[in-house]
Amino acid sequence: MTDPLVRLENVSVRFDGRPAVQHVNLSVHRGDIFTIIGPNGAGKTTLIKALVGLQAVTEGTVERAPGLVIGYVPQQLQIEPTLPLHVGRFMALSGQPEAECRRALERTGIGHLMASEIHHLSGGERQRLLLARALVRRPDLLVLDEPAQGVDINGQAALYNLIRELRDELNCGVIMISHDLHLVMAATDKVICLNQHVCCSGFPADISHDPAFIDTFGHSVAESLAVYHHHHNHSHDLHGDVVSRKAAEPAAHGAHCNHDHH
Amino acid sequence: MTIIDSVLNDFFWRALLGGLGIALVAGPLGCFVVWRRMAYFGDTLAHSALLGIALSFLFSLPLNLGVMIVCIVLALVLVSLSRTRALATDTLLGILAHSALAIGLVVLSFMPHVRVDLTGLLFGDLLAMSRQDLLWIYLGAGIVILLLIKLWDGLLMSTIHEELARVEGVPVEKLRLVLMLMFSLVIAVAMKMVGVLLITALLIIPAATARRLARTPEHMVFLAIAFGCLAVGGGLTLSWYLDTPAGPSVVVTAFLAFLFTYGTTRKAA
Repeated sequence: MTDPLVRLENVSVRFDGRPAVQHVNLSVHRGDIFTIIGPNGAGKTTLIKALVGLQAVTEGTVERAPGLVIGYVPQQLQIEPTLPLHVGRFMALSGQPEAECRRALERTGIGHLMASEIHHLSGGERQRLLLARALVRRPDLLVLDEPAQGVDINGQAALYNLIRELRDELNCGVIMISHDLHLVMAATDKVICLNQHVCCSGFPADISHDPAFIDTFGHSVAESLAVYHHHHNHSHDLHGDVVSRKAAEPAAHGAHCNHDHH
Repeated sequence: MTIIDSVLNDFFWRALLGGLGIALVAGPLGCFVVWRRMAYFGDTLAHSALLGIALSFLFSLPLNLGVMIVCIVLALVLVSLSRTRALATDTLLGILAHSALAIGLVVLSFMPHVRVDLTGLLFGDLLAMSRQDLLWIYLGAGIVILLLIKLWDGLLMSTIHEELARVEGVPVEKLRLVLMLMFSLVIAVAMKMVGVLLITALLIIPAATARRLARTPEHMVFLAIAFGCLAVGGGLTLSWYLDTPAGPSVVVTAFLAFLFTYGTTRKAA
């Protein structure tokens, strides 16, 4: 396999001694789509900030390929009301020619908003603008922090499809955070379940059966996700507990995982 | 005697030229103050200018230089202290602003041989502008404008979204430092005109007025310069005919333009 675009080795981030991210190992290659899921406060945003270099790590190393162009889509685009700014000007600040900016906006479905004031855009339009802004720079690695925020349910599926298509067009790696578990499970290549440390990681079909995943998200979520893949390879007792599991490819666990695996 | 000489020999024209030079840089920098919510920060730097003057007398430095040095040191202290988050930023600014002003006044009182026009320092003495002051203003303005043109996109990008700018490789910290230096420079040269207590007004009011009419950041900058020039011209005229203090008259004119704009126009965007 070629060298990874970015490699995290044993990365920990602590704020005033309080751990936010612990001992994470992760490599993203061209063509990968990783989705990070996890409960609130699990360190998802901290982890991707460490990955793009916005957050200093307390321990471990972050190696980015030389000359790596990162397309970053932050959680939100909140512009001071005192700053007049329209979509075209914001795109032009990427340093790319106008034709490219226009194409990127059209690609994310908001080509008609070129002259619109950013303050007037809806949440979904802002997310598409941020995606266009990231993509106009022809990134090697696309990093998205909850890209589907403020997007309605139909739009979310379209957005995740678009991200997949962009991965193919740009031949880039993708790593994103998402709360839309159902869509993630249906659309992503590999899922990382984070709760400060990597609880479990693997292919969506496998991970939804993983005890660590069930610990984190509860049975009802895990079951409803499993349905998506129609892999009924476990059963439940009267209390709903998983009594047996025979996943073909067991999900990989983080080295520092100490869940009770029954 | 040439026309230029006769213009420069007239205190009114010197005041006007100096004021316009300051408006030229107060426009763009004022926009950044408004965009980045740095109004109180600018005020704190301005208050510290008096300490700069006191120290200049103490160490017999040129006034402008002393003011600049104190402003820069204070800006650096503020940036590093606000990172520790031990106190809320506005509390920190409040402490430093008034302490710097008070220390400046106390230090001045220890030097009875130095006769300082305190009113002039606090509220400005635009009409006492010398040829040398004009030189300082246009030198400072030239440097600031060149820097702004060269660094514009990076400054704007880091103002819009600091994290996005950082990921895209904009040297956000360096630009913040350059912006602080430019503020210090402008405060040092503008102090003479409007005084330490009114400098922030000259930065903020024209920019806020321009916001009402502007469609793009650059448009807002040019409008802010125009409103600044209007305030200087109007204020000096007011001062000339009604014998009012020049600095406050400039600020009052800027405020009237602000009220008029907000009263008569609809928001552009």
